Amino acid sequence: MRKLIYLFFFLLVLAHQDFWWWRTHEPLVFGFIPIGLAWHVCISIGAGMLGLLAVKYAWPANVDEIEEQSADGAPTQSRSEHS
Amino acid sequence: MNPGLIAFFDLKNGGQISFIVLIAYMAMLIGIGVITSRLFRGTAADYFVASRGIGSFLMLMSIFGTTMTGFAIIGSSGEAFKSGIGVYGLMVSWSGIFHSLCFFFVGIKVWSYGKRYGYQTQIQFFRDRFESNTIGLVLFPALVGLVLPYILIGIIGGSTGIEKITTGAFPEAFSETKGGIPFWLGGLIMCTVVLIYIFLGGVRGAAWANAVQTILFIGLGIVTFFVISNKLGGFQAATQKVIDNNPSYLKLAATEEDKALYEERRAAFEAGEIKAPPRATDEIKPLVFFSYIFIPFSVAMFPHLFQHWLTAKSAKAFKLSVVVHPLLMMMTWLPCVLIGVWATSATKADGTLIVPLGADQNGVLPIMVRALSTPVMGGLLTAGVLAAIMSSLDSQFICLGSIFTNDIVGHYAKPRKMSDRQTLLIGRAFIVAIVVVCYLIALANRDSSVFALGTWCFTGFSGLAPLIFGALYWKRMTKIGAYASIITAAIVGLIFFSMSDLKSSGEFLVLGLMPVTFVVLASTAAMILVSLATQPPSAATINKFFTKK
Repeated sequence: MRKLIYLFFFLLVLAHQDFWWWRTHEPLVFGFIPIGLAWHVCISIGAGMLGLLAVKYAWPANVDEIEEQSADGAPTQSRSEHS
Repeated sequence: MNPGLIAFFDLKNGGQISFIVLIAYMAMLIGIGVITSRLFRGTAADYFVASRGIGSFLMLMSIFGTTMTGFAIIGSSGEAFKSGIGVYGLMVSWSGIFHSLCFFFVGIKVWSYGKRYGYQTQIQFFRDRFESNTIGLVLFPALVGLVLPYILIGIIGGSTGIEKITTGAFPEAFSETKGGIPFWLGGLIMCTVVLIYIFLGGVRGAAWANAVQTILFIGLGIVTFFVISNKLGGFQAATQKVIDNNPSYLKLAATEEDKALYEERRAAFEAGEIKAPPRATDEIKPLVFFSYIFIPFSVAMFPHLFQHWLTAKSAKAFKLSVVVHPLLMMMTWLPCVLIGVWATSATKADGTLIVPLGADQNGVLPIMVRALSTPVMGGLLTAGVLAAIMSSLDSQFICLGSIFTNDIVGHYAKPRKMSDRQTLLIGRAFIVAIVVVCYLIALANRDSSVFALGTWCFTGFSGLAPLIFGALYWKRMTKIGAYASIITAAIVGLIFFSMSDLKSSGEFLVLGLMPVTFVVLASTAAMILVSLATQPPSAATINKFFTKK
């Protein structure tokens, strides 16, 4: 599934360079949004879908296990002498 | 309403009605500060990272509200007015993909280290990761220097909006602005209100204010979009007018027919046959369009965003932001871009343009709102614009206070460890000092393009982005490699910046590409080459940051 997510990501990046709509405003989507703009709106929606796939199928394995800490925001381990 | 107030205000004066709406909005924000101050626990950890207790919804609202500023509302409509629909592809669709990617790959990891080791700022993390005290002294001026123009974007955008929308409100008091609240006063009011509510509620107050403001600016933006399109005869009629007069603004590049139409209409305007002059055709080159890909990586290094990431209650709090952020961006930018494009051709009843040909780019949206909606609506929309701006200013102010108190004062005054009260006092004093400096710079540079200023600011942060990606994902990255990356980004960025002109209408390009391309490539190359040539980090550091626990 992760490979499909990466593929989707690269497709979105490629789709962004939509030179085929560069010099036209037609068709007008819903009668008023030029196609070049509508295309990029679809890329925004695609980015949301990519995020959904990532949190569902590529969620980092260890982050949910980080132990709950005290209510005042204290760390679970102290910082080193550099901080 | 209080009879005294009714006597003071003329409710038939559109500018004054807009002003009343704005004042009511500011009062509401102070009210939020008062309410959230009751939740404030009095500790520095609570003030700066809300005791790491922010959940999904508030996280989404605060991250989104912080990321969207005057750039998204004033800058987007102004840039669409100047060069057409391409601005959406340059900024929004790239950002939709890469902002979420940064939240996923950087935000969650940063949060996990913050939670584990108690970081309250970026610099604390970098000091640990690179086993270096002095890296803070290099990063501090770089981060503050880059947040300053970001704050300027907000002050310039907001003050311009207030001045334009309140035109006619107080003609005797402010004759030089045709009665509008002058730029200096609008900026003063805006900064003071933000300072009040963040001083009362800290980062939690900012998060709640951001939530309210984000809902407000998205909602009001959509309502205004409908009101304006209705006044222009509907969506289709508004777009049709652009097709008839300036069709190249609905594309990324003009065709030969578009250029011929421009010449024909310009001749008709000069002959007095039409009252609305056409706008010169513009073009976005494919390489320039692609090179904007580097701009969204700036969010990986925004210190104010970093601080919001640290406030998360759990990693799950990031999920909503990763998914919904691109959609909220689309909902915010699309109406603004369309209004900006419509403004190129929208005319008054007498046939003249609503937004004159040489109008200040930052004033396009306020002028459209003022001309095409009611005073109450105008006041509400300006409140929406201010909401977007102030929801960024608050986080930027707090983060600057936080990095100054934690990374400079607190860090070097360790032997005499400060109390929470002293920490807060110093943080607040620094915030006030920074706001005063920004305010004065804004007064002297009010004509700077919000869009150009924003692009340079994002260029600087993007130049630093290899630092965070390397620190989180490349074990071999060394302290000297980090210094090399920061210094290279600063030198290359400053050279290009000194060659550009913020007040110029043209885009500054290097070899046909956005300068950000070279800044990011140079800082990445410096990081890799110098890291490989220097001693790797200690086993303890690698174990601390790269061993799964």
